Amino acid sequence: MNSLAKTLNENAVEEDQQFVTFYVDGKHYGLNIKDVREIKAWTHVTPLPNTPTSMRGVLNLRGAIVPIYDLRAVFGQGLTHPSTEHVNLIVCIQGRIVGFLVDAVSDILSFSQDQIQAPPRNRGKELERMNSVMGLGESNGMMTMLLDIQTLIGNQLPVNDDDFLAKPEKKH
Amino acid sequence: MDMQSFRKTYFEECHERLQEIETLLLSLESGDYQDEHLHAIFRAVHSIKGGAGAFGCDHIVSFAHIFETVLDSVRDHRLALDPELMEVLVTSSDVLAAIVGAAEQDQILAETFDAKAKADLSQYMDGAEHAPLPAAHASSSDAKKGTSRTYTIVFKPHSRLYEKANEPLLLLRELGGLGEMILSVNVDALPDLSAMDAVGGYLSWTITLTTTHHKDAITEVFEFVLDDCDLTITETDRTVAGEMKPTPPSDASPAIETGEAKVSSIRVDLDKIDRLVNMVGELVITHAMLSQQAEKLARDGYPHLARGIEELSTHTRELQDHVMAIRAQPVRMAFARIPRLVRDVSKDVSKQIKLIMTGEETEVDKTVIENLADPLTHLIRNAIDHGIEDAETRKAAGKNPEGTISVSAGHRSGRILIEIRDDGAGLNTKKIAEKAKERGLIENPDLMSPDELHQLIFNPGFSTAEQISNISGRGVGMDVVKRNIQSIGGKVYVKSEAGVGARFVLSLPLTLAVMDGMIVRVGSQKLILPISNILESLRPRRQDISTITEGGEVLDLRDHYIPLLRLNRLFNIPARYDEPWQGLVLIVESEQTTFALFVDELVGKQQVVIKSLEENYDPVEGISSATILGDGSVALILDPASLYDLHTKQGDSLAFAA
Repeated sequence: MNSLAKTLNENAVEEDQQFVTFYVDGKHYGLNIKDVREIKAWTHVTPLPNTPTSMRGVLNLRGAIVPIYDLRAVFGQGLTHPSTEHVNLIVCIQGRIVGFLVDAVSDILSFSQDQIQAPPRNRGKELERMNSVMGLGESNGMMTMLLDIQTLIGNQLPVNDDDFLAKPEKKH
Repeated sequence: MDMQSFRKTYFEECHERLQEIETLLLSLESGDYQDEHLHAIFRAVHSIKGGAGAFGCDHIVSFAHIFETVLDSVRDHRLALDPELMEVLVTSSDVLAAIVGAAEQDQILAETFDAKAKADLSQYMDGAEHAPLPAAHASSSDAKKGTSRTYTIVFKPHSRLYEKANEPLLLLRELGGLGEMILSVNVDALPDLSAMDAVGGYLSWTITLTTTHHKDAITEVFEFVLDDCDLTITETDRTVAGEMKPTPPSDASPAIETGEAKVSSIRVDLDKIDRLVNMVGELVITHAMLSQQAEKLARDGYPHLARGIEELSTHTRELQDHVMAIRAQPVRMAFARIPRLVRDVSKDVSKQIKLIMTGEETEVDKTVIENLADPLTHLIRNAIDHGIEDAETRKAAGKNPEGTISVSAGHRSGRILIEIRDDGAGLNTKKIAEKAKERGLIENPDLMSPDELHQLIFNPGFSTAEQISNISGRGVGMDVVKRNIQSIGGKVYVKSEAGVGARFVLSLPLTLAVMDGMIVRVGSQKLILPISNILESLRPRRQDISTITEGGEVLDLRDHYIPLLRLNRLFNIPARYDEPWQGLVLIVESEQTTFALFVDELVGKQQVVIKSLEENYDPVEGISSATILGDGSVALILDPASLYDLHTKQGDSLAFAA
């Protein structure tokens, strides 16, 4: 059973990969469809105290407490002002269920391997680890930034205790 | 099922057996001597040995073998069960438990680990073999030492015998030890290779055994597999054939065996039960949501809907009770270790202690039970070491020289109360007052009632024992007890009367899945505080609040200054009120301290289903978990202890910044 699923996945990699594409701040992004669990209209979230600004809060997804990240804020473009038009992409990363607040979902696009280009690595070495765009997809003359979900969340870990105490010292 | 899960089951059973061995040994020691106890102990050790062989745990096998041999001599009355031997048996059961524990963790123990216990045991083994006690032996030995007889034994194992990890070879070897044996194997039942089930039982043996032993000795070899084989033992000179009944020979315990057979239960993975508990939690929330919605509808318009929701309510509650009952276990599981503890500790301090336990059948959530062991141990050690006086003092005070400790459990208004009572000297109120003053915990002991003073022993670092003993008095203990109990939503308090004794009462929630919470509001946010942490709520006057230079704010609570925490500042929530005298202050008791918490208002009391926040996110300081309210929104559950930590840290960082 497992090996069958694996074979299927491998075939999929060799052939086309499907991405759920969406808009954040006018730009077009894509997340691998395998990671996306569902798409949900924006609803009220309960804010979590003392977490990064991109952490909008938690919502009740059929009984599970699911944290929602504001993708615009993750990209450092300020907070989204969410309305009912906005959408939460619920994804599964390493067994955790989290949501991303985006402006709107656009499409499901298939990219073959040769339609995906490596993103330019022209940033400084320090910023390298922050780069969550793993590839650029081309379709009908439009570019889609394909996101690496791991990096996306990895950059958003909440400040731990050490950081919390270290900050004031830096001010000295 | 793979080998790993068999192994897991084996070790689970081992722990049960070891517990059983200990319980039985202790009841033997306490004078309740019954042959069937010895038989049960023997069987338990034998089962541990048998399984260990199958999993290649040689260390267990070798030790259990010696242990079992000595037990065998005892149950055959070849060895008298004197206190010395009793001690060896008790120690051996500990050693066996340690070896089993190590094997479970795949740890390699030093060869010498069990050397002493082995030596102690072999001493009895040699005695049994070399010089059988003739007196204890007289009646049965006649039969055994009689002329040699010849038996024909037909042994046909069923497949079930193999499934239970029994090895016929070992049985046959053991049989061979009884005398001269001629063995022939019958392979007629063997099917074609293609049709053969690799673990099926196809072979049978015909054994001709010449021995001086009685027939019972032969049956005994097969004692553990009687149910799983056809066994015919025929004495060749006096033919008494016939199927052996599975009833063990001699006077082995029918009582214990039927008792085991009656319990019809299955092993279920705890995860599965937890999932069920979660689902019921969902149902409770969904129901709350439905009924909230239905209230908005005109009642006469939808009579069926209203009735349906009412019925749903009854069923949901019933279902919740039943599911919680699955996780519930008798508190006996936590009490089981107590007799041993009392025995060991009272021996250490040479005091005579009688232990009375009641209410062991009281059921409580498994997690609560698991967290109960340490506090109970602490409290009982303390009671024996400090509570109960030595025999002379007791006699002088006109008391029974034997002290009594009673441990009881019972349900009271949705909580479980566990009481540990001793008839010792009681708490030394004067000493506590002196110590508390010395430590700066209180200012004027005269202002406090003895009862208030007694509760001070739960303060960290508080110990009045003048000499640090091996058992207690290291200054940890009571505060650890309190913290452990609080971590499972419980409370502990002490009542003491000088000369009459002390009584510790633990009050615990029945389950950890649901909690009574107080909903508070700050700005637009609703947050939940466990009711068990709230002492009172009040609206302070402006002059009750003072700012301490570089030390935050304090509230004057009837002449006690307690730290004031502002939830809106701690969590950066815009609040409706800026000052405590406009809103409300809750007096909150946490593990380390009591503090005042400023919120906008109280919304109300509600039972809430506890949801993990860490399942999908990381721990958030000040928050223990979350819940879902009737309207489907998430509310955070506050953790008073970590809230106070957060307050301290924010204070620190402000001080740094300044």
